[in-house]
Amino acid sequence: MSIVKTDTAAPPAEPKPLQLTRRSMPTWIPWAVAVAAVGVGLLTKAVQGNWALGGFFAGLFYVVVVSLASWQIEDRRRASDRLATSIVYSAFVVAVVPLVSILWYTVQQGWEKLSPEFLSHSMNGVGPRDDKGGIYHAIIGTLEQVGLAGLIAVPLGLLTAIYLVEYGRGRLARTITFFVDVMTGVPSIVAGLFVYAFWILALGFEASGFAGSLALAILMLPTVVRSAEEMLKLVPNELREASLALGVPKWRTVLKVVLPTAIGGIITGVMLSIARVIGETAPLLLLVGLSQSINTDPFSGWQSSIPLFVFDQNHSGSRFAPDRAWAAALTLIIIVMLLNLVARLIARWKAPKAGR
Amino acid sequence: MTTRPRLARRSAAFAAIAVAGALTLTACGSDDNSDKPASGETTNAANPPGGSSSAAAPAKLDCPTGTLQGAGSSAQKNAMDEWVKAFQQKCSGAKVEYNGNGSGAGRQAFFDSQVAFAGSDASIADADVAKGTAACKGTPAINLPMVTGPIAVAYNVSGVKDLVLDAKTIAGIFAGQIKTWDAAEIKALNPKATLPSTPIQAVHRSDKSGTTENFTKYLKAAGGDAWAAAPSQDWPSQEGQSAKGSDGVANVVKTTAGAIGYMEGSFAENAGLGVAQINTGAAAPVKLTPEAAGKAVSAAKITGTGNDLKLQLDYATKAEGAYPIVLVTYEIACEKGTPADKLPLVKSFLTYTSSEEGQSILAKNGYAPLPAEIATKVRTAVAALS
Amino acid sequence: MSTSITPESRDNAQRDSGSRRSPKADQAHGADAKPNKTQVRLGDRVFLGLSRGAGITLLVIMAGIAVFLVVKALDALGDNNGNFLTDSTWVTDGSKPAFGVAGLVGGTVISAGIAMLIAVPVAVGVALFITHYAPRRVAQTLGYIVDLLAAVPSVVFGLWGLVFLSPKLLGLHTWLSDYLGWIPIFDKDETGTTARTLFTCGIILAIMVLPIIAAVTREVFLQVPRAHEEAALALGATRWEMIRTAVLPFGKPGIISASMLGLGRALGETIAVAMVLSSSQEFTYKILDPGGNTIAANIANQFAESNDLGRGALIASGLVLFVLTLLVNGAARVVINRHKEFSGANA
Repeated sequence: MSIVKTDTAAPPAEPKPLQLTRRSMPTWIPWAVAVAAVGVGLLTKAVQGNWALGGFFAGLFYVVVVSLASWQIEDRRRASDRLATSIVYSAFVVAVVPLVSILWYTVQQGWEKLSPEFLSHSMNGVGPRDDKGGIYHAIIGTLEQVGLAGLIAVPLGLLTAIYLVEYGRGRLARTITFFVDVMTGVPSIVAGLFVYAFWILALGFEASGFAGSLALAILMLPTVVRSAEEMLKLVPNELREASLALGVPKWRTVLKVVLPTAIGGIITGVMLSIARVIGETAPLLLLVGLSQSINTDPFSGWQSSIPLFVFDQNHSGSRFAPDRAWAAALTLIIIVMLLNLVARLIARWKAPKAGR
Repeated sequence: MTTRPRLARRSAAFAAIAVAGALTLTACGSDDNSDKPASGETTNAANPPGGSSSAAAPAKLDCPTGTLQGAGSSAQKNAMDEWVKAFQQKCSGAKVEYNGNGSGAGRQAFFDSQVAFAGSDASIADADVAKGTAACKGTPAINLPMVTGPIAVAYNVSGVKDLVLDAKTIAGIFAGQIKTWDAAEIKALNPKATLPSTPIQAVHRSDKSGTTENFTKYLKAAGGDAWAAAPSQDWPSQEGQSAKGSDGVANVVKTTAGAIGYMEGSFAENAGLGVAQINTGAAAPVKLTPEAAGKAVSAAKITGTGNDLKLQLDYATKAEGAYPIVLVTYEIACEKGTPADKLPLVKSFLTYTSSEEGQSILAKNGYAPLPAEIATKVRTAVAALS
Repeated sequence: MSTSITPESRDNAQRDSGSRRSPKADQAHGADAKPNKTQVRLGDRVFLGLSRGAGITLLVIMAGIAVFLVVKALDALGDNNGNFLTDSTWVTDGSKPAFGVAGLVGGTVISAGIAMLIAVPVAVGVALFITHYAPRRVAQTLGYIVDLLAAVPSVVFGLWGLVFLSPKLLGLHTWLSDYLGWIPIFDKDETGTTARTLFTCGIILAIMVLPIIAAVTREVFLQVPRAHEEAALALGATRWEMIRTAVLPFGKPGIISASMLGLGRALGETIAVAMVLSSSQEFTYKILDPGGNTIAANIANQFAESNDLGRGALIASGLVLFVLTLLVNGAARVVINRHKEFSGANA
């Protein structure tokens, strides 16, 4: 890379005194600009009556003014560095605000209804005018369906990734890689339709939790393959070579050296894929039948699931339904958080120390 | 490398945690949502627990055990929920699951023999009769009218109460011809009201729906040349806003000033929306009540044969006190040919829903009970299921 | 990094060494070495068979989906009285069914396009923030939060978008059409009081896919060789110059594949769009007006009440969505292949 020649106005005749420290902007300037930006934001809010717009202009004002000031006081390179820093920080704020808003709103709407009774009861025999019932049956359904989907998709996906990274050459591997990408784009409802036609219409099984698991497994598969593939690729070849050079057979090298090295990233990938499917509604709508009562057997009879429950309650006419929907949404988010937490702990506990 | 974790072990641990969690939960969950402790009341109670059935004669049931699955119309979901609740209180060995995922889905599931009965906003189409027969092992599937519900035309206009509309005006509004609330056509029907000049936001369903079909049938039959499009499950015009489901329409109407939309009566009631009275050409505008809807249904003709009780409604009725925008939903079941293990349950459950006690529950939920004459025929048909 | 060998040569080397070693071992140890040798070979063969089988299973599933979609779609297309690709009506019952996906494809592409325009830059920013800007101590927590947010189910996004967000965006709609109305897409016909538009759906989709893109991109940024970064800094580069010259080029294929992951979800997102959008079948490019629809939302809205033909038609539209994602992925692969020299395996 080339270091840009600075355009400071020093006369070229006299060689510059060692420029180890360049003129840098006094620290109070960004703060002053920030205060001014808040003023701009408030002004915009007063004129346009919109907080979002106010925030937008305040941010814009800060970014532009600080960059310009830096350009004048410092130089162009540092100005663009400051500009980039401001933009990266605001990108984070822009991303976090709506996401926090969703969590906060869900907690606010769902907290009151969430109770041991809500968690330990099904919707069996709850009339439209009853403020009762709960999501116990849906929790069971979700855990069993997602668990089964994971049991199908994780080994299959991991083996596929191993094939692609460790063995795969030539046309078959290229074809698989391509179709993993295509599979990523399979809309959940299409996966549901496929299982519906294959499992229920063609093979003649009844709607059940397992049918839902099949669709979820299809949705999980590409995410598992892709993330596992990425992680396996990142394992340095030196490790493989060292192991092979010691005479360890390839399959043991893969299982004992490559997988453990990549395990942290793989678990993250699996968690993300579970995160993708645990909230899926569309395929389950076609496949698991939507029960109101407890059914612990995923292989026969209808089941429910938490997202399905949210969807169902949101479309119910009962005036108690929206509360139940929000409480179920909150429960779902909490379950996902716990799963994530456990996965993180395992990953941190087991993962070999990485470079950073 | 000192630690050599194996992925298989880890994912097995994961699965184990999930399964163990599920099993632990199994131990403490409950299907029991009744008001009283479950221990006292047992099966075959002749007197229904709770006060839900008040004056109506209690239904006599033989209470088989097992699980019955039905699917279909979301319009009758609320009625089903009440019925399932009451039925299960009377027959604690029986479990009924009703999936209100839509009439089409319900009929399809019935044709595929996935469910023992389907709830449907429309009777089986002529083209589908053969499929019904196939699903019923060669005997015809029959339509049993079970729930009738008025469709409300609900609005959100500040300061306006007791709005009166007629079919022509409603058609004009939903076709985008009448654009503001102070339009001459609306003023003519509401001489006393102070109507604002707010633009009208007509809200319709974005999904296929029996409600849309019945509503457009009404507009076509009673609106004359103000409504050109043919009745259909899909909203035929591009005017106005749309929302998914009756709850979605109710929600948009509630949150949008100047909005008007159509939905099942119970949704308008739940959302606390103003509901238009309909000027049918009778002496006084008709308010939406279960009785008024029942009157319109009793004027319907039975077009089915034998125990098939397909109804044809007269949407252009001018009968005094009859609310013309009505939805009749059916239960579709096999006349004969229901699998032997499901038959007692189907029969028992439908006996309950068509009984006086079952029908009397409806009115509290914004539905209308079946008119006596039709109800009697339904009971006969249910008794003949075999 | 130039010293590392290519996968092909590594593989060959291993194969060579294996074949060279075993005869020697046979000679040296006679019968004792035999079980060991077969074990090694058997283990490798079984493992290879298993992993190849898994890959083939995946292909079979994809073939099954494709075959099923095509067969069902062809059934329905035979009964179509309209032009499937250029019409935007959707009438599947009655005597003259006619349906076409033009409007649906338009809405799908527009809403997903808006989502990507917003989400990709922001997600890259978030990933950069977590990997290179945030204090080390909080970075991991922030990354964890982003992962969690990827798990918020679409039903919740739908609820939130409908109840909370869309009323709040009404002001932005008015503002955009007031000041930028001269740009055709910001033109607004209706004085409508709703923000349940393609624009709002695009924003909601952006929020939905952002954590996914950010999470994957972050993982990639973390893999940038430390040496590259330190070399850039040692040469006197500012932090931004280091990112521009070392991090972004290395992460480019990762960013693209992360974006594809996000685009896939945005194109196929069903429930949230179905709940939020005030839809109509006809195509509209005016993203601030209610109207338009997406393929997936249309399937969700229509499926339950559809007859056989209707379901076939919806499946045909699903096939179009499928082909759409296929094209997008094909384009992405071309881009990634062009940047293959940055693949981590040889770093």
